[in-house]
Amino acid sequence: MSTVKIPPVLRQAAGGERTVEAKGANVGEVLTALCEAHPAIGKQILTSDGELHKFVNVYVNDEDARLMQWTDTPVGDDDTLLILPAMAGGQ
Amino acid sequence: MSPSYQDLIAAAREVIPEVEPADVAPRVAAGDGPLIIDVRETAEWDQGHLPGAVHIPRGFLESRIGGTAPDSDQEILVSCASGQRSLLSAQTLHDMGFTNVTNLAGGFARWKQNNHPVEIPRILTAGQRSRYSRHILIPEVGEEGQMKLLDSKALLIGAGGLGSPAAYYLAAAGIGTIGIVDDDEVDESNLQRQIIHTTDRVGMNKGESAKQAIAALNPEVQVNVHPFRVNRDNVLDLVSQYDVIVDGADNFPTRYLLADASLMTNTPLVHASILRFEGHASVFTPYDGPCYRCLFPEPPPPDLAPSCGEAGVLGVLCGVMGNIQATEAIKVLLGIGDTLSGRLLIYDALGMTFTELKVRRDPDCPSCGPNADLQLRDYEAWCAGVGSHDHAGASA
Repeated sequence: MSTVKIPPVLRQAAGGERTVEAKGANVGEVLTALCEAHPAIGKQILTSDGELHKFVNVYVNDEDARLMQWTDTPVGDDDTLLILPAMAGGQ
Repeated sequence: MSPSYQDLIAAAREVIPEVEPADVAPRVAAGDGPLIIDVRETAEWDQGHLPGAVHIPRGFLESRIGGTAPDSDQEILVSCASGQRSLLSAQTLHDMGFTNVTNLAGGFARWKQNNHPVEIPRILTAGQRSRYSRHILIPEVGEEGQMKLLDSKALLIGAGGLGSPAAYYLAAAGIGTIGIVDDDEVDESNLQRQIIHTTDRVGMNKGESAKQAIAALNPEVQVNVHPFRVNRDNVLDLVSQYDVIVDGADNFPTRYLLADASLMTNTPLVHASILRFEGHASVFTPYDGPCYRCLFPEPPPPDLAPSCGEAGVLGVLCGVMGNIQATEAIKVLLGIGDTLSGRLLIYDALGMTFTELKVRRDPDCPSCGPNADLQLRDYEAWCAGVGSHDHAGASA
């Protein structure tokens, strides 16, 4: 099981959790498991075709998954996935 | 019997080679001379010194030399007024393990008599020396760095949660000119975090309110109040008047506008954003590191990007993130240290963790990539357009 860090805007959809465990051998599988466990997250980050929205950044540890093999990027049990949408707040 | 002053001088002469001004002047002029340490007092230094010399008053020599000359094999020429104090200082450096130390024969007086070029330093006033003394003591800042800050101009977008602490510390640091763009007025609900404002200034324009606070803290800072919203018609003119942008905006259209304006005017952008207990910070150095759009190609839809007014923010989080911005702005202006360029710092106040992510330049970036056709656009419409996607719209 790898750890997925949930950003503040998705925490309610994750039952208030800041991190959740999810199973999968690559980024796509982990996110699928996450969205199955927390369908409200899927509604936020996936398109109707089940693809990740472009505004969602996913990091595996400290590296951008897009710059690796995107959803095919392998994920091990010790890896941490971080879902990172931009935040606008400043005031 | 204890050695007399003359004995000490004579003993030092046995150890420390002396260099005539005429022998070293050509190297100094060519820029390949030794590291010159001038050990005179500040009032003497202010009258003029050898070009490129570093000023370390003799009383601070032992404590400061390491920061200036980390390599003990480095060639060092010590100078003073007539060559006596510098000789004893050179002896001290020799005793500290510096192996290549020489003394300027006849000191600055002979250098000047022989008509070699002299640099007269621009100097801080006594008041500035006192106010900025803790900066001046830092080797990476020093008087030169402090003067750089006094000559610098920082543009703050917003005098809100991020802009308030940033403005305070930048003003305290002696940033010469601070521009504040904000069309909003101080509201009571701001005061939980926007610490530059006060209860009796509720209703006042935030830029004006910040100007009053800055005037009370550091009256020599020039504050330019820009009481309007930054938009594509005014952004380039505005940004090009400043050396660094501190982005404390509260919406995506403004953030993407600033990101593009930063590239078009080659002005570094110090970024931070906040929500609830979490803050992001980075530095976008035009064409040298990634830009905001390399990191976030598109904004999320509005329900995934609530403002602090909608979702709340811990007041003190603003202080942490705004001060990270002030820190990075000062480093950018001084050209020191490693900025957050190429990194996104995420601060989680609830877990009290700092996480760092790598941010790389996107070779296909539509703003800073090699094939980018960068021009200012209607950012409101663009953000609304890409934000709509085919998003299912569940509310977070």
